Amino acid sequence: MSTATAPPAAAPRPARRPRRLRPARAVRRGLLYAAGAAVFLFSVFPVYWMVVTAFKPVSEIFSGTPRLVPAAPTLEHFDRVVNGELIPGVDFWQFLLNSLIVTLGAVTAGALVSLLAAVAVARFKFRLRSAFIVLLMVIQMVPMEAMIISIFINFRQIQDGTGVQMLGNLTGILVVYTAVSLPITIMMLRGFVNAVPKELEEAAAIDGAGNWTIFWRILMPLVAPGLVAASIFAFITAWNEFIVALTFLGRSTDHYTLPLTLSYYFGRFGTEWGSIMAASTLLTIPVMVFFLFVQRRMVSGLTMGAVKG
Amino acid sequence: MAQTLRAAEDGRRTRTDPPAPPPPPRRRRSVAPYLLIGPSLVILAVVLLWPIAQMVGNSLHSYTSRHLLPTGPDPEWNSFAHYARLLGDPEFWTILRNTVLVTGLMVAITLILGTLVGLLLHRLPRWYANVVAVGMMLAWATPAMSASLVFRWLFLPERGLVNVVLDRLPDALVGSGWLNYNWFLEPVSLFSVLILVIVWQSFPFVAVSVLAGLKSIPNELYEAARVDGAGAWRSFWSVTFPMLRPLFALLLVLQVIWNLRVFTQLYILANSFQNKSVYLLSYYIYQQGFSASPPNYGMGSAIAVVMTVMILAVSAYYLRIMIRQGETR
Repeated sequence: MSTATAPPAAAPRPARRPRRLRPARAVRRGLLYAAGAAVFLFSVFPVYWMVVTAFKPVSEIFSGTPRLVPAAPTLEHFDRVVNGELIPGVDFWQFLLNSLIVTLGAVTAGALVSLLAAVAVARFKFRLRSAFIVLLMVIQMVPMEAMIISIFINFRQIQDGTGVQMLGNLTGILVVYTAVSLPITIMMLRGFVNAVPKELEEAAAIDGAGNWTIFWRILMPLVAPGLVAASIFAFITAWNEFIVALTFLGRSTDHYTLPLTLSYYFGRFGTEWGSIMAASTLLTIPVMVFFLFVQRRMVSGLTMGAVKG
Repeated sequence: MAQTLRAAEDGRRTRTDPPAPPPPPRRRRSVAPYLLIGPSLVILAVVLLWPIAQMVGNSLHSYTSRHLLPTGPDPEWNSFAHYARLLGDPEFWTILRNTVLVTGLMVAITLILGTLVGLLLHRLPRWYANVVAVGMMLAWATPAMSASLVFRWLFLPERGLVNVVLDRLPDALVGSGWLNYNWFLEPVSLFSVLILVIVWQSFPFVAVSVLAGLKSIPNELYEAARVDGAGAWRSFWSVTFPMLRPLFALLLVLQVIWNLRVFTQLYILANSFQNKSVYLLSYYIYQQGFSASPPNYGMGSAIAVVMTVMILAVSAYYLRIMIRQGETR
């Protein structure tokens, strides 16, 4: 954990020393670079260790001398995860499919519904507008961990009352994931809709375009990048979600999502670290890809706003 | 997260100029906006808002899995019995204290480390800062489930890298007996690992936000401070901190809210519900609702109400910031 405490090396140091002292400056620069390297290593190492373990043969994982680089890299763990059965009777593709259904379903439904709301909030003045925004913020604050019991009871009663199965399959999860992502996506999209000059819409209206045409031909193309960004955030949230899946799915293993599968496998085969790390790596890859994609946009957007200020 | 970033950005911008009034919305009385927010409102109300109200109701009833059976009785009103039991239960007070303590440590360490890293990145050459930032993104993007499993593996007795390395280090430095040390049995060691996982995952967000904030501060202010003989420490507290105060306030609130609800990481690290001394509030709620036998929904809801009140108290502050910045107009 020494890496965790390394960054304080960058703690503000007296800057009063005369600038002419060359060696002191060189030392300071060296310290800054070293601190940067320490932060980099601290951030990357656990991810690296996950991937490296996934490629090590069992004998290496359990040898008393851990190696930083596998001596004889192997794909056996990935093979076991993908082709073997993490949970007896269900194969990996089923879990992947379950995860994709709930994430993509929630993202699509969420994007449609939240785009409508974002347009309302950004383009119309109506009485409940502020109340609606405050409601979004408050709902966003209340943790799922606190609501989970009530939501579970609700769905259970809906299920018993109407016969529509909400628990033990993907329906309930899909509904909750859609709802959970709404506040964030609405607030994000509202910003993007706000950024579209109103004059464009007014010009189109003068040319005789109806509301629907304006929405599809003017607003949509300009808001599309925002829609992509918001969708990716919703995707990452749903992809990683654990407690709802854990609560709703119970023992219906053939509906398990990937994080739940991992937790189940860890509980049953807690010593198979090669397979556990291989599965963790597979779970991480899609998020990494999307994250690096969105992050550049977010950080640059942030900096632009800051520089402008 | 995105909204947070945007909020953080706004928080910074308002330091220098007053909140820009939002574009004058269309002044037209119609049902259109209500039709547009309708679907969102219905989904949110049914799936999330109604359960929040029910949570309070359930906490005032004796409510177990028996009451959920099709032929079961209705939950019986038992007033504030659950709360009374909680208040008189030393175990609950320990869990509450641990939750506050652990959350406080997570927030403090994340904010301090994140700020230091932000300052560091600001001073490093651009290419070097970019490389470090990409590395931090990896930590940030790792799913909670993967991160928890990796740290469980790193700290595993006998085989975990941390245990092996600590064992190889000279005993005079770190003491002996590390190889077989089990980090996951006792609260102090388990919470240390938990805090490490959370800090590892959350400091990049703070660092990147602080870095963006630093870039917005005009250099002249630092030059003026230097002319006045201020060192780095002094110029941080006299220039940087006051300039970024709204950003720091926002980051503080968000970290508290996010860290108070930690569940997945603890679920994997503790790996059972047997040891009550390592519970945190969110864990206790889940245990009461779904792991206790029989499940005690009423008690779980009462704990959930306690947790929600704590979070809403903190978010009231956040809401005030947002409303003051015109974010709700």
